[in-house]
Amino acid sequence: MKTMKKNIYRATSEEYADIPGTYLFDKNACAKGYNLNMFCMSMMKEANRKEYLADRSAYLDKWDLTPEQKKAVLDLNWLGLIQNGGNIYYVSKLGATHGYSFEAMAASMTGNTRESYRSMMLSGGRPIEGNRSRKEQQKKTRTKGAKSR
Amino acid sequence: MSKVIAGVACSHVPAIAAAIDLGKTEEDYWKPLFAGFERSKKWIKEAKPDLIIEVYNDHGSALSLQYIPTFGLGVAKEFKIADEGWGPRPVPSVKGDPDFAWYLAESLILDEFDMTIINDMDVDHGLTTPLSLMFGNVKAWPCPIIPLCVNVVTYPPPTGKRCFALGRAIRKAVKEYKKRDLRVMVFGTGGMSHQIHGERCGLINREWDTRFLDRLSRSPQSLVKIPHIEYVRETGAEGIEMVMWLIMRGALNDKVKEKYRFYHVPASNTAVGHIILENN
Repeated sequence: MKTMKKNIYRATSEEYADIPGTYLFDKNACAKGYNLNMFCMSMMKEANRKEYLADRSAYLDKWDLTPEQKKAVLDLNWLGLIQNGGNIYYVSKLGATHGYSFEAMAASMTGNTRESYRSMMLSGGRPIEGNRSRKEQQKKTRTKGAKSR
Repeated sequence: MSKVIAGVACSHVPAIAAAIDLGKTEEDYWKPLFAGFERSKKWIKEAKPDLIIEVYNDHGSALSLQYIPTFGLGVAKEFKIADEGWGPRPVPSVKGDPDFAWYLAESLILDEFDMTIINDMDVDHGLTTPLSLMFGNVKAWPCPIIPLCVNVVTYPPPTGKRCFALGRAIRKAVKEYKKRDLRVMVFGTGGMSHQIHGERCGLINREWDTRFLDRLSRSPQSLVKIPHIEYVRETGAEGIEMVMWLIMRGALNDKVKEKYRFYHVPASNTAVGHIILENN
């Protein structure tokens, strides 16, 4: 019997989930984050920015967000927004409204100050070695632990 | 007869646009980056394209999650500058070329690339940053620009193979356009390695990027098989934008002359990559 040739571009959610600190904007995120991202997009209009900034909570209530999403917006919790279906390009409109650049949001998502994040970037960025795979990272911690014992 | 004379690949980091717009190009942080484009500016001034097809992605500025075209082609007379949350960039609006753009849309669709036809669209930093880098501060962009947008935001983006094949179809369409003798350039924008969301923000993979540039120049066919997950893992989630470079490359001949290459880390979160390839 002929077997179907595997599509070389296809990867499973589990394979993507193995990449550390990364939230793929796939069907699940897109569905979960639809209202949140459309709210963020509304920040492209000056009139909406004004209305939102005048009473953030009331403006948010018009967008049918989940309680987690609303809280993340109110807290300007950039990582929380991503974890709740936000896509960074949409979230960046909210960032801009509050004076956050992509760099400033990135610093916050990695738990860095802007200065320490910028200095990491100036020294060549986050290295790829050790940042490819969660499994690889866990293996390493285990062997390290074994060696030190 | 019209022809594609050259391809340009270039990152489109919004912070670069902001640095230009806020007059920061002479600051220590930005100086080396802008110095890297001096030769490119000179080159394009001499090469004088009649028209540019610019491959880029909209970042939730004109297109949204409401409709997500995999490939879209702008056929309007004019494309206004988008307000991305901090007001529109103070750069000239982009003039299209409806006659050529409609011709291109027809040709691509009949060649089985199901383009979304876009009559009205504001263009964001994805399109305007490379123009600023290549042309500097100008009162008007020197030639018509046809925006070709690609979905690289919502999964799955098109495959590298499909992107390269679209480039081939563009090449054919340009060659068969007889109404005028246009010298066309194709820009591929975005990339190179960068991740701007999640705890892994700031990832840079210089080695991978360098290999990509080498292969883009000499053996582009070998790049079409790179699966999305490799871009995400090796170059950061947003590095997937590099599939758009393959559209540009597909529009060029197999053998090209590499005129110039530039690579710089960092611009905000990103490894800026830039290459100029000429058809002989």
